[in-house]
Amino acid sequence: MATTADQFQAHSEDHGHHDHDHKPAFFARWFMSTNHKDIGTMYLIFAIFAGIVGGAFSGMMRVELAEPGIQYLDTFARWFGATNPDFNSTLHTWNVLITAHGLIMVFFLVMPAIIGGFGNWFVPLMIGAPDMAFPRMNNISFWLTVAGFCSLLTSAFVPGGMGNGAGTGWTVYAPLSTYGSTGPAVDFGIFALHLAGAGSIMGAINFITTIFNMRAPGMTIHKMPLFVWSVLVTAFLLLLALPVLAAAITMLLTDRNFGTTFFDPAGGGDPILYQHLFWFFGHPEVYIMILPAFGIISQIVSTFSKKPVFGYLGMAYAMVAIGVVGFIVWAHHMYTTGLSVNTKMYFTAATMVIAVPTGVKIFSWIATMWGGSLEFKSPMVWALGFIFLFTVGGVTGVVLANGGVDDVLHDTYYVVAHFHYVLSLGAVTGLFAGFFYWFPKMSGRMHSELLSHIQFWVFFVGVNMIFFPMHFLGLQGMPRRYPDYAEAYTYWNQIATHGYEIMAVSILIWFVNIIYAFTAGKKAEDNYWGEGATTLEWTLSSPPPFHQYETLPVIESAGHH
Amino acid sequence: MNFTRNARAVTRAAKAAGLALALFAAPQLAQAAPTPAGGDVSASVEAQTGAERMKAPDKGAEPAANAGNPIVPDVPTGDAAAAGSYTPMKPTPGVGMPVEGGIGLQDQYSELGEYGHWIHNAVLMPIITVISLLVLVLLIVIIVRYNKRANPVASKTSHNTLLEVVWTLLPVLILIGIAVPSIDLLAKQFKPAPKEALTIKITGNQWYWTYGYPDNGDFEVVSNMLNIPGAPVINNGIREVGSEPWDGPSHLEVDNRMVVPVGEPIRLQVTAADVIHSFAVPSLWFKLDAVPGRINEKTLFVEKPGVYYGQCSELCGAKHGYMPIAVEALPREQYNAWVMTHAGAQIDGQEPAPAAAAAAAPASEEAAPEADMTAAPEA
Repeated sequence: MATTADQFQAHSEDHGHHDHDHKPAFFARWFMSTNHKDIGTMYLIFAIFAGIVGGAFSGMMRVELAEPGIQYLDTFARWFGATNPDFNSTLHTWNVLITAHGLIMVFFLVMPAIIGGFGNWFVPLMIGAPDMAFPRMNNISFWLTVAGFCSLLTSAFVPGGMGNGAGTGWTVYAPLSTYGSTGPAVDFGIFALHLAGAGSIMGAINFITTIFNMRAPGMTIHKMPLFVWSVLVTAFLLLLALPVLAAAITMLLTDRNFGTTFFDPAGGGDPILYQHLFWFFGHPEVYIMILPAFGIISQIVSTFSKKPVFGYLGMAYAMVAIGVVGFIVWAHHMYTTGLSVNTKMYFTAATMVIAVPTGVKIFSWIATMWGGSLEFKSPMVWALGFIFLFTVGGVTGVVLANGGVDDVLHDTYYVVAHFHYVLSLGAVTGLFAGFFYWFPKMSGRMHSELLSHIQFWVFFVGVNMIFFPMHFLGLQGMPRRYPDYAEAYTYWNQIATHGYEIMAVSILIWFVNIIYAFTAGKKAEDNYWGEGATTLEWTLSSPPPFHQYETLPVIESAGHH
Repeated sequence: MNFTRNARAVTRAAKAAGLALALFAAPQLAQAAPTPAGGDVSASVEAQTGAERMKAPDKGAEPAANAGNPIVPDVPTGDAAAAGSYTPMKPTPGVGMPVEGGIGLQDQYSELGEYGHWIHNAVLMPIITVISLLVLVLLIVIIVRYNKRANPVASKTSHNTLLEVVWTLLPVLILIGIAVPSIDLLAKQFKPAPKEALTIKITGNQWYWTYGYPDNGDFEVVSNMLNIPGAPVINNGIREVGSEPWDGPSHLEVDNRMVVPVGEPIRLQVTAADVIHSFAVPSLWFKLDAVPGRINEKTLFVEKPGVYYGQCSELCGAKHGYMPIAVEALPREQYNAWVMTHAGAQIDGQEPAPAAAAAAAPASEEAAPEADMTAAPEA
């Protein structure tokens, strides 16, 4: 690869000159974009905005949970447009908060950032492609996601039963979401999922096509960087899972508005059918969020160890295995719905199987670093944090996998702790790792390493303070989705709320870092991480030219991965 | 929009009536379909409606009306009826409820709960703790030994087949080790209650529970959370927690508990009248969703007398957080005394059930279903 590098530098300088003339004007560039880097940037900005909204919702939840009783929900109900909320609509506001928080974080923060943002930016750069296969479809994908977000925000301000907003939980279980919630709020929520889902399906088609057809000469499937592998597997999961969600929520929509009874026992339907459909999508969805983070961590660990990834093929096929097995474990989300004993036994066994490829990934990262020459630059610190936090989240998953043990933990804070360790502390830590790894490449400016390190430690302390006590609360039996709780749960809830305050400070540090980078940050070199960074994006300028690889790079057959 | 709303209201009313009927059908169902050997305990909608069709359909109207109204506690405890020899039990602090600042599972008061507790504390916790610490230690070793200063030149190792096989197979062995007791626990949990076991029919409603006792004359207990002093009124017409000496913790205590006999298997049949709820009692290792149109069944076996608290564990709307569960387990004769405080209650064809009573209740097999039905509803 090193041999090809010089060649590109020569080219890129050419482009810098040349492209300047070809950048479209503002409106055409940002609103009619067909450029994968611009679209990736828009996804990232959008995800940050949505993340602030979703994070604010979690702050509202944490402040309410700081002590038993209802203190602030009344105020929040007014924010959503209630003039004189009664007690029921006050409580309904809680359900709106949890619903919006879940949907926003899943569909409008993690997915747009990690797939739309980093995927769009770096898949073409890493495989040596000039752009995505379907640039216009790429643009539609993005704007559908934005439209979906608008629909979701709208839903918070229109009637949804007891009060304004959809209070069904992100899972939108029937029949609470059908005859249990009158008013248009749930319809707006469903429409939001339709739009975001359609956008993601198109994005998935685009990634699969790009990765299969647009790799540079010599880049075989088994030479692709692991981040590209992770996006490829993710795209297949999206393509197979999202249509099932679309079908399920369309049936919800017709149950709500057109008198069908897919999920209504009064008409021969079955509420459990909805859960099967939802989780057939929902379980792959959690791997959709975490697999690209796996890819990012692999790149970072390899870069800062100055070593190729240990067991590259094992790593790639571990992701494939996680993707495949991820489709046949969905009913572990439904252990208490009245499944038969054989079904529960099967799903217990199948779920535990996932721990095997996941373990392979953890051990391979460790083996990659073993014998390396580690530099603790900011992305590496975030990656090390990811590995540990994801392990903690993973092992509680093994506990929950046991159908018999889940009887006591199902729908308690233990589950909340588990999935926030793998997603909030896993996927989001992976996002920050990727952000600091690639931010200078995308922006052309170096961020402050010091601020990033400080942010990491503040974030690490904060999120562990929020979520570790939730294991205790769950073991003690505190159910999820409760705005109020028995006195005995007060202590750990207070700790968690203080943890949120610390976490919020870490996000402020991040914003300061971004402002610093754009105002005072050093100009980034082409390969600012040095010899360990060997993938193709490091052969380009920072930021890369508007159109890259007009002459396709050629990958030497003896090259490392 | 108006049309669809009306249509929905109609279907809902129809469903409520149907479920109320199912309440009556429960004794038949329990006998007609004793849990299949394979262990599939979720009785189908068809079975339910079939059983209901055999019985007089007009019986449904009255309880359906009650079910729609959470305010009226239609089952008087204590004062109204014959025996009057029952006062609710005073809960023991820390038993059957969360403890302040607690970090582990609640103490268990059922046999399977103790088994599950053991699996969690003695099998799962040590394994996951060791794995997490192992990863942490490896990361620290790497940070110390393989940083740039300590190890300026990186090795080029990128494969080691033996190592990769080991770290694939070792987790498999660990998981098999976990699976053995875990699957065993599952199998035990699905052991159906004996045919003569007491059946209790649990119905989740927005936002209270009703408990039907088909084997004891088919009376029904409506269970609402007690209001919390200083907080907005949650249930109109219900007293505040702490106004009686036997009241347990706020948010958990109810006006009428689900009373069960201790030391014998009990068949719990769980369903819902509106949306999905979940009947959960952590200290009895019990959680089963209450799904409209479906009856889920599971065996409960409480080992010690006591009050065991739980909370609805499936999001069911605004007051999801305010429909707790209180299970009061009493010795057989006290349970019988409690039963006799209810209008129209009866005990096992008037047999004076003896005390110790391991599976004492030879349930209403001879006491023909018809008799049950006629004796039952009118207070």
